Amino acid sequence: MTETTILLNRLAFARPGDKGNDSDITVFARSEAAYDHLVQVLTADVVKAHYGHLVEGEVTRWEVPKVRALKFLARDALAGGGPSSLRADNLGKALAGAVLRLEVSVPEALADAHPDLRVPADPWSDNPWNVD
Amino acid sequence: MRPRPDGAVRVAGGQGFYGDDPSGIADLLTEQPDYVCLEALAELTLAILAKDRQRDEALGYTRDLPLYLMQLLPAVLAGSTKVITNAGGINPLGALKLLQASAEHFGLSGLKVAVVLGDDILGRPELLPPDFPAPADLQFANAYMGVAGIVEGLQQGADVVITGRVADAALFLAPLVHEHGWALDTPDGPPMAQSDWDRLAAGTVVGHLLECSGQSTGGNNAGEWWTTPDPWRYAFPLADVTADGTAHVFTPEVAGGRCDFDTVRQQLLYEVGDPTAYLTPDVVVDMTSVRLTDLGGDRVRVDEVVGRPATGTYKAVGASRNGYAADASFAFGWPDAPAKARSAARIARKRIAEAGIDLLDWHVELFGVDALHGPAAPTDPDPAEVVLRLAWKTADADAAMRAARQIIPMALSAPMPGLTPASRARPKPSSLLRIHTGLVDAAAVESGRRVVLETL
Repeated sequence: MTETTILLNRLAFARPGDKGNDSDITVFARSEAAYDHLVQVLTADVVKAHYGHLVEGEVTRWEVPKVRALKFLARDALAGGGPSSLRADNLGKALAGAVLRLEVSVPEALADAHPDLRVPADPWSDNPWNVD
Repeated sequence: MRPRPDGAVRVAGGQGFYGDDPSGIADLLTEQPDYVCLEALAELTLAILAKDRQRDEALGYTRDLPLYLMQLLPAVLAGSTKVITNAGGINPLGALKLLQASAEHFGLSGLKVAVVLGDDILGRPELLPPDFPAPADLQFANAYMGVAGIVEGLQQGADVVITGRVADAALFLAPLVHEHGWALDTPDGPPMAQSDWDRLAAGTVVGHLLECSGQSTGGNNAGEWWTTPDPWRYAFPLADVTADGTAHVFTPEVAGGRCDFDTVRQQLLYEVGDPTAYLTPDVVVDMTSVRLTDLGGDRVRVDEVVGRPATGTYKAVGASRNGYAADASFAFGWPDAPAKARSAARIARKRIAEAGIDLLDWHVELFGVDALHGPAAPTDPDPAEVVLRLAWKTADADAAMRAARQIIPMALSAPMPGLTPASRARPKPSSLLRIHTGLVDAAAVESGRRVVLETL
């Protein structure tokens, strides 16, 4: 089957959390097919390499198939942890978005089934509750 | 109001942190919850409360508690709802005194308040984990207690239960244990069956889903956030929980927000670490066992939760001082915005060194280049604009301020043009903390547990 390369963002979204100096990132597949593929390709090593110097420690992965999720615990990822980190993003709230930039190789059929999500530039611009 | 399954207890998450939005309570009350649980203590909130208490012995609780109680007390006094909160912080008896004074002021009477004590281990140094600093160097040290004290307060008829540090989910599990008569693992009780552990785990999952206010009902949503109805009217979460542990999580019918498979699964795994073993004082929860069924209409069923015996140890958290930090941010526009920003950082660092100010740490970030995603994102070599953020750490507050004074005059005399402060605020030092975590023997902590019951 022909493979193509797409950004992880098409197949999944992710929420980060923090515990001490560790970042606790969960990647949620947008479909069963996407989950089955990500279990194969989105390994702890791939994620660790993608973050580069942002993550100083090891990355551990757990599979949570009932909610189509992969949980990653990245050690020493917050430059000291919330209360002592000098980073503006001291809790790593932006670290989940970073993983979604990972390029993954997928069968073309899987890519076609997950078109690129386009969020409107100003999604609520036409709502009646807008305050001028 | 949404229909309630027969025999279900309805619990609501009314607060997710100290400083959350108390206006969510009004929408929750339209669903007539049996219990409204207020979670006010993030990991470091106790450090803020310790500072309060150093200033005034009467303080040390979260001071927004009255904003919640003002809205909740009519329903509480009418007997239709009860309130459970960890707003007691490091001074739960101080919170009780505040309630006593408020009750007098408003002419309330007959309110039964239970206060749960015993989590504070700073005064019991023999319980401090071995790698903790000496008590004199700790801002606070507390053990995360389980549900036993809250359940005891409810059994004694309390309308309001105030605790210090307990596991966040315990605020929600406790009323379920009390109402459904679920078994707890006690030294003199009968042995626990697997189904007993499963029910405690199910109640803990409910608590985990409700403890962060809007985070399970459309807040902080990495899914299709831009399609949320009425996104300005935050939905706080509720759950109907039957005796077998099956739960239905939902939003108030009158609120905005969203409760579906995507919003709930994000909160299910939020900050749990190893999902196969989420450790709590009362039970170990296997989060990978949980089944979520999206029923439509902003309702999600939660079941199949598997629990395992608790470990017999509680988590302890303390904090000690770790110097001071300050920061300053400057905006630069095209042309050559990144080059101007990097040069400003180098010159600032050199001037601080020339002034003889010792920095313990120095941090340079370029927003618009790589501040948030580092090497994980491609960067535009010629962006339209960049924000430079400089942050520094010093041993004392005065040094942090002296470093700031070396940076501010750069606007006129450093070579790169167009340096613009990105904020109107001047740099202001704040204290940094080092967090200490460890384990303490559960039975030793529980030996100091005390429940104080007062009728106001």
